[in-house]
Amino acid sequence: MSIDLSVNIGSLHLSNPLIAASGCFGYGEEYADLVDLSTLGGVAVKGLFLDEREGHPPSRIVETPSGMLNAIGLQGIGVRRFVNEKLPLLQERGAVVIVNICGSTIDEYAEVARILNDAEGVSALELNISCPNIKRGGMMFGCSLQGTHDVVAAVRRVTRYPLFPKLTPNVADIGSFASAARDAGADAVSLVNTFLAMAIDVETRRPKLSNVVGGLSGPAIRPIAIRMVHECRQAVPLPIIGMGGIMTARDALEFIIAGATAVQVGTANFVDPFIWNKLLTGLTDYLRRHKLSKVSDLVGTLHTAEENTTWTSS
Amino acid sequence: MDKKPRQPSSLHPVWTGHLITQGQSRGVRVCHRRTPDVRIYSLNMPVDVDAVVLSNTPLSKDYNVLVLAASSVASRAEPGQFVMVKPDLVDGPLLRRPFSVFEIIRDKTQQIKGLSLLNKRVGATTRILFALKPGDRVRCLGPLGRPFSVIEPPEQAWMVAGGVGLAPFAMLASVLRKRGVETTLFYGGRSSTDLFHLDEFRQLGVRLKLATDDGSRGDLGNVTVPLTRVLDEVDRPAPVRLYACGPTPMMRAVTELAATHGLTTEVSLEEVMGCGLGGCYSCVVPVQHKGVPVHFVRSCLDGPTFDGSTVAWEQLDEHRPIG
Repeated sequence: MSIDLSVNIGSLHLSNPLIAASGCFGYGEEYADLVDLSTLGGVAVKGLFLDEREGHPPSRIVETPSGMLNAIGLQGIGVRRFVNEKLPLLQERGAVVIVNICGSTIDEYAEVARILNDAEGVSALELNISCPNIKRGGMMFGCSLQGTHDVVAAVRRVTRYPLFPKLTPNVADIGSFASAARDAGADAVSLVNTFLAMAIDVETRRPKLSNVVGGLSGPAIRPIAIRMVHECRQAVPLPIIGMGGIMTARDALEFIIAGATAVQVGTANFVDPFIWNKLLTGLTDYLRRHKLSKVSDLVGTLHTAEENTTWTSS
Repeated sequence: MDKKPRQPSSLHPVWTGHLITQGQSRGVRVCHRRTPDVRIYSLNMPVDVDAVVLSNTPLSKDYNVLVLAASSVASRAEPGQFVMVKPDLVDGPLLRRPFSVFEIIRDKTQQIKGLSLLNKRVGATTRILFALKPGDRVRCLGPLGRPFSVIEPPEQAWMVAGGVGLAPFAMLASVLRKRGVETTLFYGGRSSTDLFHLDEFRQLGVRLKLATDDGSRGDLGNVTVPLTRVLDEVDRPAPVRLYACGPTPMMRAVTELAATHGLTTEVSLEEVMGCGLGGCYSCVVPVQHKGVPVHFVRSCLDGPTFDGSTVAWEQLDEHRPIG
């Protein structure tokens, strides 16, 4: 039986549902000699503002139980240098490039999107309204329904690409944010970004991160991320790109069954840069074992207790 | 996914970082400029090995030397490069940790059979590495990072090590001595029982200048004591290159001391790393170049070895949690 791993997120076609998560894969070039970028479903590059940014001083990262905290502060080269210096290689290697865009203001988001309209080799925009580590922008917008709507609508007006706002989990009802994103013209939502968190060195009584707080990722957050994908799936009919602590194919399958059309892998890539082939093999094996020919047939196929027990309750 | 290197492409604008292309003189330091023709990995592609522990030798209550059957990593490694290591345990730490390649291990026929790591028990991973038994397994990804410059005679090498900062110098000494470079090791530790591998350095023909905090061996005080003396004493007909690895204040002091004598120091910085491959931007170091404001570069790609004069020491935060 031939297995079809391809998925469609709105108008964007991916050869498989595995995307390298933004902030965890540099600009893609760092891995271009280690993995065949064209075999990934997509590459979400590190978040880009209009201009270069230095980010936070070290310490920027600390390991926590089954996870890690980071406060990089979106160090980056700015969108123009990305287009000139990084994009040509990604294009040459056949990567499906999803550009993660940031802004301190709504105008900046729109300006970054406008500049990317003129670039070649971009497949979609991921809208970063969820970075917990910057003072202005990011999560500031993603934590209010109005802010989410306004940023998405402003970028929607100017961009020619499919648009995926990346949602923060640091809200009470993530489904309402997916809904706001859809109303403003999003083609999909990606979730979750990291959880705002903190760790302290008790010997020195200092925060372990220079920024004091940071974003928690890794397997520790996976069950919460799954729950949030499930909530978004129920809230709105909008494709979902799920992420949060995926380390194995089974973890990816959890997200897909919960309702994610595609998934992103971040922290696991730090542990094993050669993980992609293992995940693809695991997905294929699962589909074969369950006699499914298409991974897209698995999306959102969660059997809930209500469905299973309707015959007893009547 | 294809792990094999592809042919370099001339379209690819990336850091030159640590790269020395094959056939180029190893004595020449490649600079930080972005050049369109050089790839991130021009010489040795990193590989990931599920390595068997061949031996684990305790050196003291906190230090040990772990020999890993990672010949494919070892045969690619250059002095000053590092590996990303993770004990192969289900419930172990999540992320890998960076370690300098300590020695290249050869069998009786001089075939490379693995590499060793100098480990100091300080955190979760290092505690596990301290307790490993032969036959246990360790994921070992490497070699990574920009190597030390390997100099040629008549230039002399002065290696300055503090504590576990000895780690990159066994391999460097071995390579330098093979080339006939006169090599001296300035080595400081807390006490005489914290100075390791001395016989091995002697056998390589490395001169030793020792210092201990308690004066139980060599000079009393830190390693800059003998270094200062030798810098002041010596009438140097041959040029000298310094290499330093150890606590940040020590590396800074060595760099500044050497600079007052017109000498260059290459330092090997120990930063907290998430991936070792440039993906996470955790391991940044503030650097300064003429005409460019201080900016962060990734220690895993642009380092871990740096020309000490380019490091913005005052901004290099010493607060480094070890997980």
